[in-house]
Amino acid sequence: MDATTLFGLCAAVLVGLGLYGLVVNPQPLRKLIAFNIIGNGIFMICAVIARRGAAAGFGGDPVPQALLITAIVVAFAASALAVATLLRLHEETGSTSIAPEAPADAGRGSGGH
Amino acid sequence: MIDVLNLILVAMVLGLAIWAIAARDAFAATVGFLVYGLLLALVWVSLRAIDVALTEVAIGAGLTGALLIGAASRLRKVQASGDERPAVLTRVLGGLLAAAVTVALAACVLWLPDPPPTLGAVVAANMGATGVGNPITGVLMAFRALDTLLEATVLLFAVIGVWSLSPDRFWGGRAGPAHRSDPDGILAWLGRVLPPIGIVIAIYILWVGADEPGGKFQGATILAAMWTLVIMAGLADVPPASRRVLRLGLVLGPAVFIALGFVGVALAGAFLAWPAGLEKALIVVVEIALMPSLAVTLGLLLAGTLQRPSR
Amino acid sequence: MPAHTADMTTPGGLLLVLAVLVPVLGLLAGLVVGGRQARSVVLLTIALGLAIALAVAREVLFRSNPLAYVLGGWAPPLGIILQADGLSAAMMLAAAVVVAGIAVYAGGNFGTARGEPESRRSLSFWLLLLAVWGGLNLVFVTRDLFTGYVALEMLTFAAVPLVCLDGSGETIRAALRYLLFALLGSMLYLLGVFLLYGTYGTVDMALLAARAGPGLTTMAAIALLTLGLLAKTALFPLHLWLPPAHSGAPPAASAILSGLVVKGSWFLVVRVWLDVFPGVVPVSAAQLLAACGAAAILAGNVVALRQQRLKLLVAYSTVAQIGYLFVMFPLAAGLAGLGLDAAPARSAGLLQAMSHALAKAAMFMAAGLIYKSVGHDRIAELAGCARAMPLTVLTFALAGIALMGLPPSGAYVAKKLFFDAAAASGQEWLEFVLNAGAFLTASYTILVLAHALRPVGGRLLLKAPPSRAGELSALVLALASLLLGFVATGMIPHASLSGAFTLAGLAAALVVLAVGAVVAAALGLQLPPVAGGSALAGLLGPLRRLTVAAGVLVVRVDGGLRHWPVASITLLVLVLGFAAAIVNGH
Repeated sequence: MDATTLFGLCAAVLVGLGLYGLVVNPQPLRKLIAFNIIGNGIFMICAVIARRGAAAGFGGDPVPQALLITAIVVAFAASALAVATLLRLHEETGSTSIAPEAPADAGRGSGGH
Repeated sequence: MIDVLNLILVAMVLGLAIWAIAARDAFAATVGFLVYGLLLALVWVSLRAIDVALTEVAIGAGLTGALLIGAASRLRKVQASGDERPAVLTRVLGGLLAAAVTVALAACVLWLPDPPPTLGAVVAANMGATGVGNPITGVLMAFRALDTLLEATVLLFAVIGVWSLSPDRFWGGRAGPAHRSDPDGILAWLGRVLPPIGIVIAIYILWVGADEPGGKFQGATILAAMWTLVIMAGLADVPPASRRVLRLGLVLGPAVFIALGFVGVALAGAFLAWPAGLEKALIVVVEIALMPSLAVTLGLLLAGTLQRPSR
Repeated sequence: MPAHTADMTTPGGLLLVLAVLVPVLGLLAGLVVGGRQARSVVLLTIALGLAIALAVAREVLFRSNPLAYVLGGWAPPLGIILQADGLSAAMMLAAAVVVAGIAVYAGGNFGTARGEPESRRSLSFWLLLLAVWGGLNLVFVTRDLFTGYVALEMLTFAAVPLVCLDGSGETIRAALRYLLFALLGSMLYLLGVFLLYGTYGTVDMALLAARAGPGLTTMAAIALLTLGLLAKTALFPLHLWLPPAHSGAPPAASAILSGLVVKGSWFLVVRVWLDVFPGVVPVSAAQLLAACGAAAILAGNVVALRQQRLKLLVAYSTVAQIGYLFVMFPLAAGLAGLGLDAAPARSAGLLQAMSHALAKAAMFMAAGLIYKSVGHDRIAELAGCARAMPLTVLTFALAGIALMGLPPSGAYVAKKLFFDAAAASGQEWLEFVLNAGAFLTASYTILVLAHALRPVGGRLLLKAPPSRAGELSALVLALASLLLGFVATGMIPHASLSGAFTLAGLAAALVVLAVGAVVAAALGLQLPPVAGGSALAGLLGPLRRLTVAAGVLVVRVDGGLRHWPVASITLLVLVLGFAAAIVNGH
């Protein structure tokens, strides 16, 4: 196994760790950190793919590397929007919970008039 | 052969990632994430992706880290008290499924085709037509210029989205909290000394980006960091969102990019095609227009919603 | 510039660039101008964009010349191509019409009076409307999966702030939940795109279609792309974010979100499944997709029928309607597997999407008018509404008829094509689901109308009369959805469509309405105290107790599925499930 494969496996673990955090961490800020870790894992897979494609004197295939730069910038914008939303939620409600509100009629089963 | 250094690097990255996911305290987790982000840059370097490493340090670790640290410190009290523990079943199922996805993904990585597909040779063969020497700049500004244009647009969408979250009473006001600091303090000193250096470095990174690793995004991040430093030091304030100059600054880069794209329709036969002989000149013009716009955009994204009236 | 690529660009291809960039330029100009003039800039942009969509439709749909444009002169795999086939052109046109309708409708709610300062809600709304439109047009015309990712993010970043334009804590919570789940979806999609590049060295759809074969990485990539897109489309059971987001937004924004935004990610599923990997995805995996769709139709509609609030009812109706959009996949795969032409299934899916975009926008707009004029949207207290605002209630009814798929709506023609394809490919179970969906849709439309048509002593006192422009724009969209079927039968050559609008069709429509009334009486939450409702409910007696219990159960299940841990675990199960189904099919 070479270094590229090692980083590929590391990337797979990062994605798994992030997914776990996103599922179980109730706080949106922690979900956002988990989202960024998933992102890093995915970006690392892309960098591994780029490295494998080294050719023509380039250390890596420049096309996936360029895609990667675009993706990193877009992910930052996503985090910024999420943080702004989270802080506003806290400001308005004093809580950061994103649990769903009580279903509209769950308690009133019989209906009718 | 696996380098021992790489093994240590991977172990540390994974350890910090586990810390960022599992730490009890949200603030501690965020700090862990910050260190982890810096270590990742070493991974990109090891994978021979220097441009990506620069972007990761600047944006992935730097700006995202600053953003998350800021949020974590604002929410510190909430995190401690409002922590709803997930059910054991959730943790077991979530863990099993995440592990299954990891295994599947690892299999995918191991089974990537050999020899691997690459566009490296095609890029190399066509670099001459782009006028620039850095293949990544070639991809971002010529072959896939549309992505780069839309990426700048996406950032602008995010600014509009962040602003739209502001309370009504502050509309047209200033982004982020007010900063006041000791005019003789260390922050103010840094705020006076660092920006000129930062601006020079940013312009240098933009300029060499045409032929060496670097470019507008990395340069813009440094500018945004300098701007944020000046604001935090209380030396200058964020312009109000209603200020026309600020809005012009936001749209300048994308507008110039689109306009020169249409010049390509007239002179080179396609949108975003650079006319022969002018390729490098036009690419640099676009990058010079984009960098301040991106810097303002990134700085505003970091500052967050409008939180103060304009005076 | 490599010369050989020039011939791939078709005459008129530049229209596709304009379709994406005109909304973006309008947004840039609107932001700089700001204030009162921003809306004028946006309206001008919409007029221009509508003209572009019409020009593209004329080339592609009426002259059958697909358009293509090679950006920068760099052909794939190095560069990016924009293209418009019939699917793109039709969706672009539908989107443009809906955007124009919403813009007219929103004038009353998001206008800025002379001398008034710029307002947050107003400027944000107009700019985000253009942002959604630009992103949507990019989704429709890109042939590149990575550009598709950027387009999806354009859509998400524009759609999420629309949810909480009103600024209440509840809507901000809905927006955050939407954003976090959508971002998870983006990441899965992006991972799929990268794996495909690592396998084939391209992210261009046509090149991938030519190179793709069944392999572990390819199958994993398809599963990841699909689930990422499903999370963003809110296909049941991944719909946790949709009901609060779509019902909490201001009505004009709900119309954008429900009518347009969810179609973006759905459109990419169509591209991935039918254009890029038609030979790789087996019928069994497509049936899994349709199973989710069927569950969406049944559960979404039942929960809609159990709502007290009109806007939530309409939002749950969207959950159900999204299900219809996924029925096309097993039918297309089944037809192709038998060596038959899959085009009818494709046309049907397209018609369904267009019809729903128009009708759902109209329905949200009508619900918004009712909310604003009456001051609330509690269904049980809508008596007198029909008399006080007849045009709005008529619009609601017409939109409901279009959603049920009664003739001559686009959804009716879609259903005929679906039935034909289901029979031809031996998947009759889908017919049952579609029929049940029509009955349920009819039932809540009838329930709402029964309340609205009830007389009150004297005249219902409206807080404010509905704006005429708002009423007319909603009516036009509902009528467009209703009459889409006429246009479609002329354009789709298919045997089952000859004589589509006969007396038999009318009789079938009456059956749908009659069964719908019975279902409403058996399952509806709050029956109107009029002869029809209560008498029928009395007649049904013990049956109603049983059906109501079943309805309550569905509501409970839905409530459980909308918790974050459940939804995210379901998402992971489905990723693995789809991957397994695709691998198993080979």
